[in-house]
Amino acid sequence: MKVLEINHCNKKFGENEVLKDISLSVSEGQVVSIIGPSGSGKSTLLRCATLLETMDGGDLIYLGNYAAKADENGISTYVDENKLREIKKHFGLVFQNFNLFPHYSVMKNITEPPILIGKRSKDEVYGEARVLLAKMGLSEKEDAYPYQLSGGQQQRVSIARALAMKPKILFFDEPTSALDPELTGEILKVIKDLAAEHMTMVIVTHEMSFARDVSNHIIFMDGGVIVEEGAPEEVINNPKQERTKAFLGRFQQ
Amino acid sequence: MGSAEYFNIIYQLGDGMLATLLIFVLTLVFSMPLGLLVAFARMSKWTPFGFLLQKEGSLGKVVATGGLRGWSGNFKPIQFLAKVYISILRGTPLMLQLLVVYFAPYYVFGINLSKEYRLIAVLIGFSINYAAYFAEIYRSGIESIPVGQYEAASVLGYNKYQTFFKIVFPQMVKRILPPVTNEIITLVKDTAMAFVLNYTEMFTLAKQIAAAKTTIIPLFIAGAFYFMFNWVVAYVMERVEKALSYYR
Repeated sequence: MKVLEINHCNKKFGENEVLKDISLSVSEGQVVSIIGPSGSGKSTLLRCATLLETMDGGDLIYLGNYAAKADENGISTYVDENKLREIKKHFGLVFQNFNLFPHYSVMKNITEPPILIGKRSKDEVYGEARVLLAKMGLSEKEDAYPYQLSGGQQQRVSIARALAMKPKILFFDEPTSALDPELTGEILKVIKDLAAEHMTMVIVTHEMSFARDVSNHIIFMDGGVIVEEGAPEEVINNPKQERTKAFLGRFQQ
Repeated sequence: MGSAEYFNIIYQLGDGMLATLLIFVLTLVFSMPLGLLVAFARMSKWTPFGFLLQKEGSLGKVVATGGLRGWSGNFKPIQFLAKVYISILRGTPLMLQLLVVYFAPYYVFGINLSKEYRLIAVLIGFSINYAAYFAEIYRSGIESIPVGQYEAASVLGYNKYQTFFKIVFPQMVKRILPPVTNEIITLVKDTAMAFVLNYTEMFTLAKQIAAAKTTIIPLFIAGAFYFMFNWVVAYVMERVEKALSYYR
């Protein structure tokens, strides 16, 4: 079964069409990277998929459950809020600027959502959180507050926070864009480790070589459409479309 | 005047100090939660006539059509009422508001109220007035919370109430402490305004004693009392700020 399916997604901001008939599906264990210039709609697509924006048209389906279904005119109709909250349990999102809760310690950032929202036992959640923190190399930081951490550490906490909800699919919205260059490596390594564990992921990124190494599938977007997609070597090393070539050419300089 | 006389004046002012303290505490107890309700109303986006607007898509952005239809479609009655409430209570003298609250039941409805209504009128007047100020302070705090906090909570599955009480409210409290301290200090001094309803709090009493004994000493003592009261308020609020400085 597909973990995520988006069919014929359309999205407008006022008169501006930011997504035009985008379709995309992600299978279990797949790592999909979305690349493209800024303003291409890749972040908006991710925000539609994570229910932070509403699509104007198209279907949004997680593991066979419709979050939004297009009617006969193609206009999206969303299911009610309670059902949407159930669907949110299937995915996690790692933000560009972390969005940790500053008034919570690292431990509480990770454990409150599974306890409060997932209604799981405190002991179990704390145990799992310690395992996650160890994996992120942050065992000593469980009582620290976000402001006491470097950007890279904060981003690792936010990855742990997302993983603690045991999502079936994890989205990354430019996870290294807010970091100093010397800190991006630690985040990319964490994502590579997750890929090795067959975590299903969709990553919006500007790190071309990382995208090539970590993903099974690459999507190049420009002007609100998918211009080219395919295996990483194909898209990155041997692009067919002029726009893809031009975009990647700027990166290789 | 001997020191025995001073003690006598302070002793006489004692009841007034208790009355002042009572107005102060009860006004805070009522106005702070009421202010939160007013702040919510002020931020309400409810548009009962929204069906007059054209929609793009079932959940899409609404587009206002021209003229009266567009205006009434955008009309937010709860927000409008909150704005009226705030502008009246901030825009007219507190003294006048106290008089209105006290005399309106008789002059408007012909209801004769007992002497006990004085304290109630004082508390109603102060509470609705301070709620207007607190509402705007709360609003500034709530609106200063980055949208990313709401988005993170939303993706993790927090509902509206969980997002507000777990994520937004605690951060808001920290951010609004300085202006709230200002308001509380102003309230300590404003309690003297209860004299317009002849409610015998400390300042009313100090004036009476000053008049009876033809001396200004009771007023000085009253001043010292307000000053010390506010010193304690400032000290307590500073401790609260320190207690919340464990995060940024």
